[in-house]
Amino acid sequence: MKQMADDRLVLEVDDLKTYFFTRWGVVKAVDGVSFSLRQKESLGLVGESGCGKSVTALSLLRLVPQPAGRIVGGKIRLLGEELLSKSEREMRKVRGRLISMILQDPMTSLNPVFRIGFQVGEAIQMHQGLRGKSLWDKAKEVLRLVNIPAPEARLRSYPHEMSGGMRQRVVGAIALSCQPAVLIADEPTTSLDVTIQAQYLKLLRDIQRESSMSLIFITHDFGIVAQMCDRVAVMYAGKIVERGSVLEIFDCPTHPYTQALLAAVLPVEGRPKRLFSIEGQPPSLHDLPPGCPFYERCIRRRDRCRENYPAEVEVSPGHSVNCWEAV
Amino acid sequence: MLPLLLEAVGLKKHFPVTEGLVYQRVVGWIKAVDGIDFTVKHGETFGLVGESGCGKTTTSKLILLLETKTAGTLRFDGADIHGFNSTALKRYRASVQAVFQDPYSSLNPRMRVGDIVGEPLRINNVLSASALKERVEEVLTQVGLLPEAIARYPHEFSGGQRQRIAIARSLAPYSRLIVLDEPVSALDVSIRAQIMNLLQDLQQKLGLTFLLIAHNLATVRYMSKQVAIMYTGKIVEMGESDEIFTHPLHPYTQALFYAALPSHPRHRREESPLIGEVPNPLNPPPGCLFHPRCVYAKPVCRAEEPLLREEAPGHTVACHLY
Repeated sequence: MKQMADDRLVLEVDDLKTYFFTRWGVVKAVDGVSFSLRQKESLGLVGESGCGKSVTALSLLRLVPQPAGRIVGGKIRLLGEELLSKSEREMRKVRGRLISMILQDPMTSLNPVFRIGFQVGEAIQMHQGLRGKSLWDKAKEVLRLVNIPAPEARLRSYPHEMSGGMRQRVVGAIALSCQPAVLIADEPTTSLDVTIQAQYLKLLRDIQRESSMSLIFITHDFGIVAQMCDRVAVMYAGKIVERGSVLEIFDCPTHPYTQALLAAVLPVEGRPKRLFSIEGQPPSLHDLPPGCPFYERCIRRRDRCRENYPAEVEVSPGHSVNCWEAV
Repeated sequence: MLPLLLEAVGLKKHFPVTEGLVYQRVVGWIKAVDGIDFTVKHGETFGLVGESGCGKTTTSKLILLLETKTAGTLRFDGADIHGFNSTALKRYRASVQAVFQDPYSSLNPRMRVGDIVGEPLRINNVLSASALKERVEEVLTQVGLLPEAIARYPHEFSGGQRQRIAIARSLAPYSRLIVLDEPVSALDVSIRAQIMNLLQDLQQKLGLTFLLIAHNLATVRYMSKQVAIMYTGKIVEMGESDEIFTHPLHPYTQALFYAALPSHPRHRREESPLIGEVPNPLNPPPGCLFHPRCVYAKPVCRAEEPLLREEAPGHTVACHLY
């Protein structure tokens, strides 16, 4: 099991709202999300595509696509500093140094026309002011940190000369190069093979154990959550609908959506006769009905679910859920 | 009807690696598929598992005739497909269809759903316009979409619905064998279950045969009757799915199972199952191709390539350990 997370709060997100203003109306991609993250803790943000987990991550970095997207409300406090009131210039000092991100696809997140050394060195040069030989040595050191063999030679390679797993390690090296307080990993292993995925997850866990870094893991795969996270927040239609420790969520999931997501996971250990599946699709975020957004797909829906959004209820210490069933 | 629908014997596909722009010289060969034998029975699902670059997609392309084989034989319903005349070839192409991984790139965004699904029928000129429309509506209903979808464009559908459209297209020409190349890996976990259930239902109802290509073991176990594990162009283990999943023999198969993530946080794993990556196909190691990553490697593994041998009834493995 993992060691206990430190008690120090690193990140506090309070009532974050990120909306997209489009021709067809306002899309409430993130609608009142709150969570906190302690030192060394890893939090899993789980949900289907379009539930707002990636936009939440982009909001933390203030990288929401402009001009359609805007953070319209809430607070993001990182190490006691409010990020939303920072200027763009100040934000540049935060990104990559205090909080950094690994994206899903290493094929597109590295620039194909620059050598690895340049791309790894960029953030180090900007945040740590290193130049020349010391910059080169530092870049070599971070490649070694992510277990890339022959880092000296790799610094001179181009991304296309490397395999997908190696490329994703380089992306990891860039993100980790300035020892960020918070690392956001947005589905970092979906494009990797299973064996390479296992290697990569182990690497992230080892690095986290040796540093004081906190991790936000964005995924729709409960296997990754089971393997990597201390706490879980399940998102649906721009809101967190259930949160708790990873054991609580796996042992007694309370929200019907969480239960359905867990039931839809195919076990490797056995072979069920028929798979459980959640019928229907996530709702369109253009004009959500006033009640619970999961209403249409919920097997335990009642009339009141359609009318009002349920408030957060604590079912056990640290485990809370937004569902009328739990009230 | 013969019990075997598809039979591959010694199937090979080697790609030349060339140097020079004008006078291209061949400097090496990539043995993407290097002598594989397998059989697919009527109405069953055959699963091909392996990491990227192991040759599973090339195998499917050989079956779909999108690549020409270097050597070996492919038999469909007992007849060698390379001896087919143009009429037989056309019939073969209609009865073997494919569903690809990414429903965002496998459907033409400028075509209406009705045209996409009807295209294989139109190419084969088998039906009149009204019969074609009827058939398209029929297959759309079979995959759980409304017939009204005909007039809409792919962008109006979600990922899961698009994959349903791709499945409808593969059903349209009354196909018998469908190659499913990672059919659910681009989809959300919740949608995966819907699509897998749909495929199972269609197989039962229509007596379809599937060749499933995937790297997710749970998917393969759920869907297939027979499984073959591929590694750098060769089959290293093959047998009944339940047998392989309960008694994996090859160290690579065992490592693949070990790499699959736990389904509960109490079963966390600390060690990484495999070191290193798939070897460079241009410069493969001598002996067993897996030996540089194998924890049980012995001197003989470095020197001699193991052959597929039957270890248990219907369960073959290529490894010096047995």
